[in-house]
Amino acid sequence: MNDLAEIWVYLAREPLAALTATLLAWLLALRVHRWCGGHALANPVLIAVALLAGGLLAAGVDYRDYFAGAQFVHFLLGPATVALAVPLYRQLALVRRSAAAAIASVVLGGAFASLAGIAIALALGAAPEVTASLAPRSVTTPVAMGIAERIGGLPSLTAVVVILGGITGAALGPLVLDLMRVRDWRARGLAIGTAAHGIGTARALSVNATAGAFSGLAMGLNALATALLLPLLWALFAE
Amino acid sequence: MIPAITALLVCQLLGEVAARAFALPVPGPVIGMVLLFLALLLRRREVPAELGATADSLLGNLGLLFVPAGVGVVLHLPLLARDWAPLSLAILAGTLFAIAATGRLAQWLLRRGGG
Repeated sequence: MNDLAEIWVYLAREPLAALTATLLAWLLALRVHRWCGGHALANPVLIAVALLAGGLLAAGVDYRDYFAGAQFVHFLLGPATVALAVPLYRQLALVRRSAAAAIASVVLGGAFASLAGIAIALALGAAPEVTASLAPRSVTTPVAMGIAERIGGLPSLTAVVVILGGITGAALGPLVLDLMRVRDWRARGLAIGTAAHGIGTARALSVNATAGAFSGLAMGLNALATALLLPLLWALFAE
Repeated sequence: MIPAITALLVCQLLGEVAARAFALPVPGPVIGMVLLFLALLLRRREVPAELGATADSLLGNLGLLFVPAGVGVVLHLPLLARDWAPLSLAILAGTLFAIAATGRLAQWLLRRGGG
């Protein structure tokens, strides 16, 4: 029989263990989410991340070693972003009629989302690289990481911040929208997609097809608008 | 399934190449999404069944795809310990303000447009 240490070395080196752990954590997180009656705060992304982060720390596994396996899941973010064109096209008739209103709200809302994050972080004396990691908070993860890198942030902190922002928006966004009496499914989708990107869109898609399409549209438009505008504005203010 | 995945990857690849060739600040997958959207527009028909099914299964599990990057939180524990207050307030208040403002603005603009 092999030494336990030898088995551990194999598991730590091969991508199989990290990939399997990621999928198992996700399935467990989905089950917990269902146990909680699908409550928004029991977000499966948050649960899976907590399980895996706790597991890495407890087992003393380096994040880079974990990511070597988990990158096969991470890679699918790219094609999934491209695939957002499909729900968007399906709702084309609705989107086309309200395109001007949608673009205006997403661009203004997205700019407001970035500025609000930067202003709060600056006011509370956050480190510059933390502020730069917060700025693209409302944009979908791969895009936000690219923007953060450009303006001197930490891409992996940005990933975490983006996900926490997404969870916040997915969990509490519907309450805020009820409070503000935003009942139009299109407006609700636009708001959630602008501020809570893919995580919000995933939730919007599961609630209402129209909200999901507009959320996907807002996510795509905001990624475009923020990717174009934020690096320029940042350079302007940093001078 | 394979042709649909290939179509998605081709769009993404073209997007990545365009982003680099023209030094665009927009990430490749976002340009890929625009390209696929334009391709569907030009076709002027329903989304091909296979592409639709593949897109639905990818987007139905969108949350899973954020998990590996999210676990990166373990790299920044000291920074999080130092700046947890501005971080959590900016995430919480910033996101909720943005949702409230965008939602109201969108509803107002959509009504004005008579939509």
